[in-house]
Amino acid sequence: MSLVLTASPLLRDRRLLAVWEKVQAGRRLSREDGLLLFETEDLHGLGRMADIAKSRLHGEHVFFVLNRYINPTNVCVLSCSFCDFARKKGEDGAFENSIEDVLGMIKPGTREAHIVGGHHPDWPFEYYERMVEAIHAARPETQIKAFTAAEIDFFWRRWKIEPREALTRLKKAGLHSMPGGGAEVFSPRLQKLLKYTGKADAARWLEIHGIAHELGIKTNATMLYGHVETMAERVDHLLRLREQQDKSGGFITFIPLAYQVGTTRLVPRQTPPTDDLRTIAASRLLLDNFPHIEAYWVMIGEETASVALHFGASDVNGTLEDEKIAHMALAESPAGLATEQILRLIRDAGKIPVERDALYNVVKVWN
Amino acid sequence: MLAAIRDKAEAGKRLDRAEGLWLLTEAPLLELGSLAQDARFRRIPEKRVTFVIDSNPNYTNVCITDCQFCAFYRKPGDPEAWTLTVEEVMAKVEFAAQRGATTVLLQGGHNPALPLDYYLDLVSETRRRFPAVTPHFFTASEICTMAEVSGKSVPEILAALKAAGQRTLPGGGAEILSERVRKRIEPKKGGPRAWLDVHREAHRQGFKSTATMMYGHVETAEDVLDHLDSIRDLQDEHGGFTAFVPWSFKPGNTLLEKWIKQYKGPNAYLRMLAVSRLYLDNFPHVQASWFSEGKRTGQVALHWGADDFGGTLFEENVHAAADYVNKTTVDEVVALIREAGFTPAQRTTTYEILKAH
Repeated sequence: MSLVLTASPLLRDRRLLAVWEKVQAGRRLSREDGLLLFETEDLHGLGRMADIAKSRLHGEHVFFVLNRYINPTNVCVLSCSFCDFARKKGEDGAFENSIEDVLGMIKPGTREAHIVGGHHPDWPFEYYERMVEAIHAARPETQIKAFTAAEIDFFWRRWKIEPREALTRLKKAGLHSMPGGGAEVFSPRLQKLLKYTGKADAARWLEIHGIAHELGIKTNATMLYGHVETMAERVDHLLRLREQQDKSGGFITFIPLAYQVGTTRLVPRQTPPTDDLRTIAASRLLLDNFPHIEAYWVMIGEETASVALHFGASDVNGTLEDEKIAHMALAESPAGLATEQILRLIRDAGKIPVERDALYNVVKVWN
Repeated sequence: MLAAIRDKAEAGKRLDRAEGLWLLTEAPLLELGSLAQDARFRRIPEKRVTFVIDSNPNYTNVCITDCQFCAFYRKPGDPEAWTLTVEEVMAKVEFAAQRGATTVLLQGGHNPALPLDYYLDLVSETRRRFPAVTPHFFTASEICTMAEVSGKSVPEILAALKAAGQRTLPGGGAEILSERVRKRIEPKKGGPRAWLDVHREAHRQGFKSTATMMYGHVETAEDVLDHLDSIRDLQDEHGGFTAFVPWSFKPGNTLLEKWIKQYKGPNAYLRMLAVSRLYLDNFPHVQASWFSEGKRTGQVALHWGADDFGGTLFEENVHAAADYVNKTTVDEVVALIREAGFTPAQRTTTYEILKAH
């Protein structure tokens, strides 16, 4: 540990020295520091600082989970400009799964079921509640990570069920944790521009996560980057998450989501891997109160995810059987990876794979 | 060790084998990348990354050498074996030339049925018909095959190719320049000397060439250092190498697949590039192979010491290639370099700048 802390990160951009002093001392970075991290051309210096910060928390360990990706439906009342997944009811490609369908998707031994879906206009809250109950009864070994804050907010918009009640009931039904989706970018400008005004805004998204944390439900957080947002908007997004984490403390992992161009084409090309590495590193350094930063291989590809393990990432999500949202936006990664491939992705970076459950309890250290 | 290596590199002093071994096996990847970038910018201060518009066709897949890492070759008489006529090869060169290619990298199997005149005709006809195209033809082991079938010496073959108009040689077939490795994976292709002697003679006659390395199979770090030492020493003699081009072995459909299931990933690639940039202090260029390691890893590699992005590599199978695809390929290479934070510049086979983008 002391060796790591005294290691000099060979900073080529001298402006990073002040940031490095803070990182070494465990002091919090400012907004200006954050902007510098997104601006500096010293990718190695930035990555090295993030790697040191990551190693302090987790050493050489990198976490993953054997999980199944489940979308109950892609029918959605919203029309977010960045989404290739949503369909209107009856539209070509729209799907609606029954509870039996969902149960059929979860194989024995699946450690985590990641469940998110569209904002369905007709499905009552009770349907979701029964779904969680049924999964929990059929597969008690599977932890249920379900419903983004946007969906929880929609239960209020559509059925007038308060988030506290919804989350309390879902927890009772068997919910273990909440995914971090639906945050997009906390920016009123982008909310209007990209037509996501009809869903939970920043304050509401954060409020719902705060309620979940109060109820003892751990959650994740995300940011959809690499489209038309500014670097300042990225930094402000991260700082709001940090502020919320100071208040409620229940975030486990931050997952930067690289925008997939697909057919929505907000920008002509996907953001380059250097931007993914930068964003992961900057997130690790700014979100000093988040246990994990994730390299989400579905969005950035297995190769970049592997390299990102040197840039502060301590989690690679998991096997993600049957991922749909990114793949309907034409992501080039495979829709699910074998455990062996996940292990290779981690080991290729010289790190130690640690299999976890949804709540980050260690299942097995793969030495 | 890191500080000592940095000081040496900054002072322009040559790294020794122990330092090379440490970089290959122990150096932290990001510090290594940082040192390699410093070395790269000392050599080329501009934030410029070059690429070449090229095509990589083949004249035959017939081969008697049975390399265990090769999925391309067929034995003579195999139903899938093929050999193109000079005219058929010219059609491929024309395809590339029409799309703006300045380099055609032509290589093939070791086919004992082909006479020396076939090879000489390929060069002279390319020169005669397509003056804008540099014939970057025939790797070292093909030169040796020509010597065997014609009963001439390697210097005579190179002189004949030169007289036909050839000035550069591609660096393929080096694999790992180590006796032990070559005995294991390519026993019929000859030891390191065979490859090195051809390039030495080529450089002596004024040819330029590249050096390659295919890693990620049975080699050890010591074998890699043998390889790097061999080409660094040879470069000291005549300075004929333009660039070093490493890539990872792909096991699919090869005899080695039985033992090696997966190719080495991006971290190993970045390390290899950075080490070579630092160790090969007399090589003008180090190339990132987006083609073999993936476009996104290729982009990251530009931050690990590489200053060249290789070629556009127009489709080998001309019948399947559509103009549209080829056009966007040039555009995409330009975009990929730019996105990675560099200024793209089109170059010739010998790395002269043709056009800054």
